Amino acid sequence: MTTKALLLATLLAGVALPASVLAQDFNPDASIRIGSLYEPQNLDNTAGAGQGINEAFNGNVYEALFQLTDAGSVEPKLVESYEASEDGLTYTFTLKDGVTFHSGDPLTSADVKYSIERVTAETSKSSRKKSLSTITGIETPDDKTVVITLSARSISLPYNLSYVWIVNDAATDITATEDGTGPYSLGEWRRGSALALERNDNYWGEAPTNGEVIYTYFTDATALNNALLTNAVDVITSVQSPDSLAQFTGNPAFTVTEGASTTKELLAYNDRVAPFDNVKVRKALARATDKARLLNSIWGDYGTLIGSFVPPTDPWYVDLTGVDPYDVESAKALLAEAGYPDGFEFTLDTPDYDPHPIVAQFLQAEYAKIGVKVNINIITANEWYTKIYQAHDFQATLQEHVNHRDIVFYGNPDFYWGYNNPEVVKLVADAESAGSEAEQVEKLTEANKIIAEDAAGNWLYLYPQIVVSAANVTGYPINGLNSQFFAYDIEKAE
Amino acid sequence: MLFVLLRLLPGDPANALLGVGATEQQIAAARAQVGSDQPLAVQFIGFLGNIARLDLGTSFVSRASVLGEIGNRMAVTLPLTFFGFLVALALAIPLGIIAAVRSDKWYGAAISVISQLGIAIPVFWLGILLVTLFSINLRWLPSGGFPLKGWANFGEAITGMILPSLTIGLVMGASLLRYVRAATLDVLGSDFLRTARALGASFPEALIRHGVRNGAVPVISILGIELASTFLGAVVIERVFSLPGLGSMLLLAIQQRDYPNVQGVLFVSTLLVLLIGFAADIAQRLIDPRLRGRARTLA
Repeated sequence: MTTKALLLATLLAGVALPASVLAQDFNPDASIRIGSLYEPQNLDNTAGAGQGINEAFNGNVYEALFQLTDAGSVEPKLVESYEASEDGLTYTFTLKDGVTFHSGDPLTSADVKYSIERVTAETSKSSRKKSLSTITGIETPDDKTVVITLSARSISLPYNLSYVWIVNDAATDITATEDGTGPYSLGEWRRGSALALERNDNYWGEAPTNGEVIYTYFTDATALNNALLTNAVDVITSVQSPDSLAQFTGNPAFTVTEGASTTKELLAYNDRVAPFDNVKVRKALARATDKARLLNSIWGDYGTLIGSFVPPTDPWYVDLTGVDPYDVESAKALLAEAGYPDGFEFTLDTPDYDPHPIVAQFLQAEYAKIGVKVNINIITANEWYTKIYQAHDFQATLQEHVNHRDIVFYGNPDFYWGYNNPEVVKLVADAESAGSEAEQVEKLTEANKIIAEDAAGNWLYLYPQIVVSAANVTGYPINGLNSQFFAYDIEKAE
Repeated sequence: MLFVLLRLLPGDPANALLGVGATEQQIAAARAQVGSDQPLAVQFIGFLGNIARLDLGTSFVSRASVLGEIGNRMAVTLPLTFFGFLVALALAIPLGIIAAVRSDKWYGAAISVISQLGIAIPVFWLGILLVTLFSINLRWLPSGGFPLKGWANFGEAITGMILPSLTIGLVMGASLLRYVRAATLDVLGSDFLRTARALGASFPEALIRHGVRNGAVPVISILGIELASTFLGAVVIERVFSLPGLGSMLLLAIQQRDYPNVQGVLFVSTLLVLLIGFAADIAQRLIDPRLRGRARTLA
């Protein structure tokens, strides 16, 4: 990124950089130290490595056929060109020339086939497995051509392929090593502490603007902030508490940037069970929640209110905050209409980490005003996964949903929250087999409005995405979609 | 013992490995892989064989060798405990003796009161105070972390150890000081010290020659216990200072139900605690001939 483009980007983000920083040149061999709370469990994104591996490796070490940019668009990466057949069931991809893996092997179509099959394999723990299930065959007529056949049209195929890292098919153990095509290769990794990426001098594309990147991992947010304050790290990928921002906002030595987030805080009901199978009950709870006050008490002036599951960066966003506005009297009336004039009682399974316990207490106090008693049951992340996500054994729960473009979950009646509206199921399916993006957007916008009317869930707020850095460091991604953190444009002035 | 306790826990590690959505075949395959389909006796013999070969298995989550990972964590935990221990000794012994010998003076009393305060302060609070003072305000020392290259980057590793060691040392030292003071007071009132003085030894001479030896015996057993509890008890300190130690490894492994890692850390730390106990016993016997005599008659 040039300095001018950077200046523009920074101004667009609403942040003024000190002129002195722009005047300085950057050090092309600088070591960029990134502080993060998300250490990967292992290095394989199909083996349950967690969001940390996406942050460290996606776009940096591994690349995919397509890339989801920080602005939210999908662009070709390892693909030179591609075309879809008339019926939309066959895609032909031509790979870029001159791409090599870190081991020196050239990129071939066989690597692409191998990499897609890793994600769709039975043993794969990839969260994207299901979205690629329409793939029925992968052919490799020559080294540079991949032909994918589908059982049904899939307009999101390029988008879904942006999650499939292209791995050398000759690589053996990629849980502790790597063999990707990205601008960095793995340096040293000390579990529980740090992971280093070294610049790949044989990179096929534009060289990074720094020499190496060190991800330093913390388990404690205060320790992470202290590290930035004492110049032990250059940038924090995502600040998790507004209280800690005060020490950076007024200080010219640091830059605080608020970008667009896709992380939604959700009160999810089990729509299969009474009383939450009743739309009036769900709407009553939505109207009894003072979301503005909740967001303010947790994030101060940061964050965004949303009226459905769709964040403003998704193409099918419309402002739906007016559908069920905060109104205690109408909430009481709706409850009475639904047959609960004296309220009811339910158990709220609450993950034991921030911000869920605080949100649960807030909701408990809010719903007491309309006669609804909330019993808070604290559970671990692991229990959440088995009890709620897999066994659907719950009444209501709190969860943060981080993914981009995940409204499609409402089109799946078997999803943990059990929302089943045939109209939405059809719209989501039709959107996927749409002939054009305009048609896809139209269908999903319609689905978006219906789930809001149905109060399918109680979408409390959109988290802010806040990146704080030392003032001499620029060029990092500010939106952090899907916890990506591309490091190759980061510049450090010395 | 450890083996039996872990096997008594409800649930099959194969289930933990796969989650509840797994098919019967997948569970059977995973059982064969982790060996939980074998009878307990066979599992136990296999376990003993693996221990003898120092093979603690591979982690379910990271798929890395458990022993290798413990080795990495030990490179932080052992020095941390050792330095913390040194700080504690350096504080507790001289100050404890002064507090006892000069218990009638104002500073003797002051030491006692301050040590009481040291016991009352939670260890993480002290850690945060030290970071605020020495890292954030004075910028003398790093606020935490351990270098990527470990001890190969000696300067950074050692400066990173100072604040956490100091924190452990201050807290451990405060409670140790109470024991040293009590032991010294005992010795001061004893007949043998009076006899030594009557035979012409000066007060410091008598105290060092006879007093320290006698006072050390109870203090050493406390030392052993304190040291052992610091190994895994350092987890709070590791969190405050972002150190990749054994305690944080155990905590994470428990959260993730990573049984090989849990078993490995517990095995190694049990071994260490036994070794420390043994070393404390030996030290006591070397210092106190009466214990040696009793051991012989017992044997």
